[in-house]
Amino acid sequence: MSTVTDSIFLPATAARFDKLVTLYPVKRSALVPMLLYAQDEVGYVSDAVVAEIARRLDLLELDVRGVLSYYSMLRTQPAGKFNVQVCTNISCMVVGGYDILDHCKARLGIGHKEVTPDGQFSLEEVECIGACCWAPAMQVNYDFHDNLTPAKVDAILDDYAAGRGLDVK
Amino acid sequence: MPELVSHPDEVKVLSRRFGQGAAEIDKYMELDGYKAVQRAIEQGPEWVINEMKASGLRGRGGAGFPTGMKWSFVPKTSEKPKYVLVNGDESEPGTCKDHVIFLHDPHAIIEGTMIAGLAIGAKMGFIYLRGEYRYLLKIVEKAVADAYAKGVLGKSIFGKEGVDFDIVTQTGAGAYEVGEESALMESLEGKRGVPRIKPPFPAVVGLYGGPTVINNAETIARAPHILLMGGAEYAKIGSERNGGTRLFGISGMVERPGIYELPMGYNLKKAIYEVAGGVKGGKKLKAVVPGGSSCPVLTADELDVGLDFDQMGKAGTMLGSGGIVVLDETVSMVEFALRTIKFYQHESCGWCVPCREGTDWLKKTLTRFYNGGGNAKDINNIQYLAENMMGRTFCPLGDAAAMPTIAFVKKFRHEFEEYLGGTRTEKAFITTDELVGAAH
Repeated sequence: MSTVTDSIFLPATAARFDKLVTLYPVKRSALVPMLLYAQDEVGYVSDAVVAEIARRLDLLELDVRGVLSYYSMLRTQPAGKFNVQVCTNISCMVVGGYDILDHCKARLGIGHKEVTPDGQFSLEEVECIGACCWAPAMQVNYDFHDNLTPAKVDAILDDYAAGRGLDVK
Repeated sequence: MPELVSHPDEVKVLSRRFGQGAAEIDKYMELDGYKAVQRAIEQGPEWVINEMKASGLRGRGGAGFPTGMKWSFVPKTSEKPKYVLVNGDESEPGTCKDHVIFLHDPHAIIEGTMIAGLAIGAKMGFIYLRGEYRYLLKIVEKAVADAYAKGVLGKSIFGKEGVDFDIVTQTGAGAYEVGEESALMESLEGKRGVPRIKPPFPAVVGLYGGPTVINNAETIARAPHILLMGGAEYAKIGSERNGGTRLFGISGMVERPGIYELPMGYNLKKAIYEVAGGVKGGKKLKAVVPGGSSCPVLTADELDVGLDFDQMGKAGTMLGSGGIVVLDETVSMVEFALRTIKFYQHESCGWCVPCREGTDWLKKTLTRFYNGGGNAKDINNIQYLAENMMGRTFCPLGDAAAMPTIAFVKKFRHEFEEYLGGTRTEKAFITTDELVGAAH
């Protein structure tokens, strides 16, 4: 049972947050992971998420928003169910990262930080994701996909669209 | 899942458990896991620090600071608790070595954290991974839980009264700057990742105000191996003042990209042409970014150099994070410089004006230049702007953006000049609107 009785989160997430705040010498340390886990559940960091996290950590909402705006993975608008993040940084760029990004744009019909009308996919050009030796690479939500070709991207996106993707939010 | 590669010239110290299922605690213990930390408990902190000093190990994050010395700076007594902080916020473009350690040998990082804790008198350690590494966090979380279940972590570890150690794991949420040690502490304290003013240094006033040792994940994972084989033996593998081996991530236009563990001082040219199989498709090599994107680029004529901190320094660049990015003759260096600065502009935390404004103006100038609107004066201005960022920021991000930019202009000035007068390549690339729009 969560310490917050009117939590907006699912019981498992609320329980996770109850535990998170006890792990650190200072409660506030749980803020960055909490924002990310909250986003995983809600889809984005909504006003209600900010309010509850501020309450759980005894912070001002302003403090939470200040931190929220700093980290590039946190968003205040919904993304697609499957957020496709294509790396175009140096190691990926020189082996076709931009071709992969262009292919995703054409296939999904959306640009950087846009969402498909059905809400299934969103697309982002991202900075280095730490898969340089297996480039070009992308992440769909938290899943890594590497050594990409346009054909491989098609197969991967087909899998997600058909509900066969390894979504590990 | 990232593929493992192998080459006969490798000396597998840290990577010897890769691909063996050592993420499972039983397998890890079967392969001599958690023996080093028990030895450290028996022998005491002074022995640990002496072995680390003898090993010649220097920080594998990029700065190359001697690890044993760093540990010895922590005051013996402190009113506030001491901490160990493991930096797994691997974000330097071209770098993915820690990725592989977390994946294949998470217990080595846990054991190394405990050893560092014993050495400095800390009872708590934090392992911080970058936000994108969620699947690796799950692997590390399981490893930590298994270690608690086996009595390796927690109270009275290995049944020894009074020897306690706890580990907390977490990820960030997307920020290159948090890889800088003081910004990392800020992030772990639940704040924006902006750097702290030094001094005081973390060894004296660090996390939550307590003395803190912050090491890169690879550095920490090396500690158990060093204690098992002995510091002096470990030092023998490497070159002078650069003990042991290092994980090098060779990426870009090579035949066999991957993570290779090579002795410090190994020849860069050999690493590219023999270990990684040379340039892909038999093309001509143009340039190499030798240690992550912040290291000044080397031309094809400058590759006959040993991969250690001192030799790379003498060659006018840095060993950096060990991420070697190979570029062939088809790469436009102007385009490459633009992509590099676009990254730093995106990642500048905005705390220091020279970095915030410098990276933004460099991006704007290079974008215009790349898109055909450049004039001859721009070339000197790009260099001048970058030179004036050097050494004028609290953390090294400003330098990290400036150093490669200066090298691109100095070493490939002819390519910049070719962009004048409308001879630029017509390859589709990000437009100015997209670039500038993305920044606001």
